[in-house]
Amino acid sequence: MGLQSFIAERKQSKDILVMAHVVCGYPSFEENMQELEIMAEAGVDLVELQFPFSEPSADGPLFVHANEESLKAGTTVDQCFDFMRQVSGRFPFKVLMMGYYNTAFKMGEATFVRRVKEAGGVGYILPDLPIEESANLHRLSAQADIEPIILMTPTSSDKRLAQLGSVSRGMVYVVARKGVTGSKTNMGDDVLALIERCRQHTDVPMGVGFGISSKSDLDFLRGSADIAIVGTAALKTWQQSGASGLRKFFAELMA
Amino acid sequence: MDIFDFSDGREGYYGEYGGVFLPEILHATIEELLVCFRECKADPTFWQDYVTLLQNYSGRPTPVTHLENLSRKLGGAQIYVKRDDLNHTGSHKINNVMGQGLLCQRLGKRKVIAETGAGQHGFATATMAAKFGFECKIYMGAVDVARQRPNVFWMENLGAEVIAVEDGQKTLKDAVNECMRDWVTNMADTHYILGTACGPHPFPEMVSWFQSIIGLEAREQMLKQTGRLPDRVYACVGGGSNAMGIFQGFINDENVELIGSEGGGEGVGSYMHSSRLAYDDATVGVAQGYKTYFLQNEEGNMNETHSVAAGLDYIGVNPIFAHLHDQGKVRFEAATDTEVKEALKLTMRTEGLIPALESTHAFVTAIKEAPTMRKDEIILINQSGRGDKDIFTIADALDDAKWKSFIEGKADQYRREKN
Repeated sequence: MGLQSFIAERKQSKDILVMAHVVCGYPSFEENMQELEIMAEAGVDLVELQFPFSEPSADGPLFVHANEESLKAGTTVDQCFDFMRQVSGRFPFKVLMMGYYNTAFKMGEATFVRRVKEAGGVGYILPDLPIEESANLHRLSAQADIEPIILMTPTSSDKRLAQLGSVSRGMVYVVARKGVTGSKTNMGDDVLALIERCRQHTDVPMGVGFGISSKSDLDFLRGSADIAIVGTAALKTWQQSGASGLRKFFAELMA
Repeated sequence: MDIFDFSDGREGYYGEYGGVFLPEILHATIEELLVCFRECKADPTFWQDYVTLLQNYSGRPTPVTHLENLSRKLGGAQIYVKRDDLNHTGSHKINNVMGQGLLCQRLGKRKVIAETGAGQHGFATATMAAKFGFECKIYMGAVDVARQRPNVFWMENLGAEVIAVEDGQKTLKDAVNECMRDWVTNMADTHYILGTACGPHPFPEMVSWFQSIIGLEAREQMLKQTGRLPDRVYACVGGGSNAMGIFQGFINDENVELIGSEGGGEGVGSYMHSSRLAYDDATVGVAQGYKTYFLQNEEGNMNETHSVAAGLDYIGVNPIFAHLHDQGKVRFEAATDTEVKEALKLTMRTEGLIPALESTHAFVTAIKEAPTMRKDEIILINQSGRGDKDIFTIADALDDAKWKSFIEGKADQYRREKN
């Protein structure tokens, strides 16, 4: 099943879905698996598996550190794809590759698409790859039936949103505020207005991310966004209070 | 040829290199910058203001000096040096920074950020910000902050905030990433003063345009002083802005050979170097906003780099050079740390010139090749920076015992004063 129909199906029984995030190999693949078990139990719908990169310039401090430590521990692209295969085979949530374009570029775009597909991924998020550079990758992805996730942002003009909307498939990732991952976003009318503005340019489901960390954030987005994207807050919880903390975090978040 | 004529290809691309690979959130900012830059480039008064500013503030035009002693000693080509070391703040970095300062005024932004490795670009940016009244933040790898205190001292005293970057290798590339992170947050009122001809379009073109003043002057000076064009022009290449600057003066002169000298570090096969084009270790990749040759592993993660000259110690090379290298328009060589120390000593003793360690890389290659050339042939070296203000780094590189005991004495004195 493709990403968009999966989202539609899940949305029949829930008013907002949750997408979570782990950095492959940080703190370790074993701990990643424990985190994912907890996410699956809680009913998380989608998970981004971030492939670590040495220059994660769109990430905030916690993920920068996670990328760095994972690479230091020797994490390879092969290991990340193996892990993706295990994860997509084991859990009911759908899996997306998240990373930086150089990872895809170095193996070749065709190989990248094939490997994501073979590992059971339904799509990918490459935040440093603008649509001007994506034509070939998007074409290959369409052939393989996986989705390139487009980002829409608060600085995007209507003209730009129209361009982004015209190539969006599967879902759109709405960046709730300026900045990098991991700092708090004040959920306010401007976020709702942004989602509304994005909706005018695409029919695909809308995930909202950057700074989402609590049930009140989810409640705020309910009825407006289709998917709440939670990244840094979960990793922070795992670091501070381990499995029991993370279980409680998702239980409260999704209550 | 005009390397910046994109009418036959893709805007911002030099062959297959260059482009814009940035998060979507910066799309509007980079568009705004591109529009402003195009206006400035099309406006002759902008360039005139720029030249006047550099004349009155930085001492341009910088002279060209004939190194008669060194030429005689080597017994080959006549060696001339373009003296961009005589700029205010001690290097060519001020050219780009003053240009971007003028552009920043047009953009109507009041804050500037910059990355710096050795501290030269940070120093120049802090200087410009003080003059123009901009708020200024400099991102610098923690390792570089620790080894370049004199430049940090000046930046802070010029009113800039210096932020030590603790991520990654804690050097230049990590400072670039941190600038990107600042910029994606504060782009509304902040201009990013990138220090070299790297990064996303239009930075390679814009920085090259500002630095082209070096080559414009040098070509005219050589014609006036020697009656003809040089046979070869040498420049060191880190990101490549000083080399782009001087090479542009001669790029359409078929009989002038252009030679870039990269940081050879500990040499071929050591994997402790910064030679992207002279050695075979780099491959094409996409990072820090652009596509070029990077020193990276097969999965696309960046390798550690090294050079005795912090200003050359960088993973990527400007995309224009990647293309000119493919085209055979520019030849690339590397100078090792050891060769650089020897060439520096020779230049100081024979000519009384103290090139920066970065610029000394160009001297190494020129000194190697001059003896193989005829006495009536002419070579031109770009001395992009001066070394006297980097006394700590150079004294370290030369392992100077008397300097070390002076520093020990100073340290003792500070300790006594504290207690």
